Amino acid sequence: MTIKLALIDWIIIILYFGFIIGIGLYLRKFTITGEDFFLAGRRSSSWVAGLAFLSANLGALEILGWTGATYKYGIYTAHFYWIGAIPAMLFLALYMMPFYYSSKIHSVPGYLKHRFDEKTRVLNAVSFAIMTILMSGINMYLMALIFHMFLGWNWDISIWISALTVGLYVALGGLTSAIFTEVVQFFLIWFGLFLVAILGIIEVKGNLLQELPSSMASLWATSADPSKNPMGVTWPGIVLGLGFVLSFGYWTTDFLVVQRAFSSRDVRTAQMCPIIASYFKMAIPVIVVGGGLIAWKLSSEGTISLFVDEKGNIIHDSALPVLIARYYPHGLVGLGVPALLAGFMAGQAGNISAFNTVWTYDIYKAVIKRDASEAYLVWMGRFITVIGIILSVGAAYWAKQFPTIMDYIQAIFSWVNAPLFATILLGMFWKRTTPDGAFYGLLAGMLSSFFMFLALRFGWINPYVLTFSQTPSDMSNNLWRAWWAWLICFVVTIIVSLFTKPKNDEELKGFVRGLTPAPDVKSYPLLKRPSFWALISLLILIILNVYFW
Amino acid sequence: MKMLPVWFWVGIVLIVYGLIIIGSGIYYIFNPSNTALSHLHPSLWWGGIMLLGGIIFLSIGKGGDLK
Repeated sequence: MTIKLALIDWIIIILYFGFIIGIGLYLRKFTITGEDFFLAGRRSSSWVAGLAFLSANLGALEILGWTGATYKYGIYTAHFYWIGAIPAMLFLALYMMPFYYSSKIHSVPGYLKHRFDEKTRVLNAVSFAIMTILMSGINMYLMALIFHMFLGWNWDISIWISALTVGLYVALGGLTSAIFTEVVQFFLIWFGLFLVAILGIIEVKGNLLQELPSSMASLWATSADPSKNPMGVTWPGIVLGLGFVLSFGYWTTDFLVVQRAFSSRDVRTAQMCPIIASYFKMAIPVIVVGGGLIAWKLSSEGTISLFVDEKGNIIHDSALPVLIARYYPHGLVGLGVPALLAGFMAGQAGNISAFNTVWTYDIYKAVIKRDASEAYLVWMGRFITVIGIILSVGAAYWAKQFPTIMDYIQAIFSWVNAPLFATILLGMFWKRTTPDGAFYGLLAGMLSSFFMFLALRFGWINPYVLTFSQTPSDMSNNLWRAWWAWLICFVVTIIVSLFTKPKNDEELKGFVRGLTPAPDVKSYPLLKRPSFWALISLLILIILNVYFW
Repeated sequence: MKMLPVWFWVGIVLIVYGLIIIGSGIYYIFNPSNTALSHLHPSLWWGGIMLLGGIIFLSIGKGGDLK
């Protein structure tokens, strides 16, 4: 069974491609210098950068995947949008952004170079570039799989059209183009999918939470015992693994999202960017958790049926497409498809624009051609965008040929980002952290995470040792592995730093707390201060957690 | 030459899509679709909201720098 499209749906889909390529063509003439191409000219407002910041994180797969996960796990999935995101976004804004922004770097590896040395930068740049391309490829593969399954689209055509479109507009306008289209896509995602939640709530009437099994209806009440919640995870796993390491590792160090804040026009604007994004991040569960619960309720009544695979297993990710097919007449269906496409392409553009910057500044200019001119770097940025797209398509075909490889690729995130957070945290807040400490700590964290992944996967060790559960879910494994990798990096960095030579204070100005002037926000009225809006965001987070306890 | 702000593009996209969705909504008044809750005419009012949003964004983004 697939969702059939009518002529009006196709018109809307074709217009979508026309719009975003048109924006890329329009912005081409404004993209002249390296700062234009790689940092969007550093002239974005906090709203533009903030919406792009969130949009780069919002993939179609995330929206479909978490709606499906809610169908399976209940409102536990909201942890990934609330405690698993908001504290980290606010911490980035208030405490880390001043160092990132004031140092006028192009990328996160660029920070590592100035704070530590070249070897730490190259280690992170190479691992980030590989991770980005592989993640980009796997997302492309899964997107094509989804459009093939739900709409009956040809696999190869889906891959190539979306890849060429993203490649074209990023190569034309660089980060400016990526940010513009991400903001447009942000609105398409909301207008395309929010109506599902509205119509669903109208149809099911009543309070969905009261009808859910107790294990699925609360955020924290069943988290003391892993056997009592569907995710099989305990609250320390959620707080340490998700709320602390994975979340902080992603939101504060992943260049894919942080790059959007670098495009801001001043440090206050850069600080406001993740704070504005935090409000919208907290609201996304209206679509994903709301959609998943509505699908669960209608499915339990026999009103709808989700897709099943050839073995008869339910495909949870089909929850949102099934609801779209239920509520959306033609025209609105056409709007739902670009909403999913927009989610995919925004994430894809985020991957590619981050990849081209890291390659150009942190690998090519740092290692291969140190004296490259500004104009040459812009040319290289465009060229490597095309290469990045081709490599992503290659990775997508690789994943298609060997589907089991996807488990490894998806785990790469916690190999790279979880330990990196320890390195940057110590680098920014402890001036005694040395270049050698950072390098060996990061290396130890990455290798140990990889080893733990293999050990859990192939049963080399008792899972209880790492996860405090004899039967942990994959999710629980991920959370605990991230925590241990972070801790190993943290401890090794401190130990090595205590025995090696630190940089002097003069070299660390602008990169370490205590040696960097704090942003002057006192001259701003209360309503323009980042700390005020961060506090409101934090209060909303607390209220949500208490309400859904 | 000044760059048109992103809100201009958001406004254009929402207006074009809003008009198309309203058009389909008018069609469904006379030819009801077989989707759930079709009696609520979601295309009509959702298209209207998109159109309104598009006009607001277009008025914000008319002229000016990258804001």
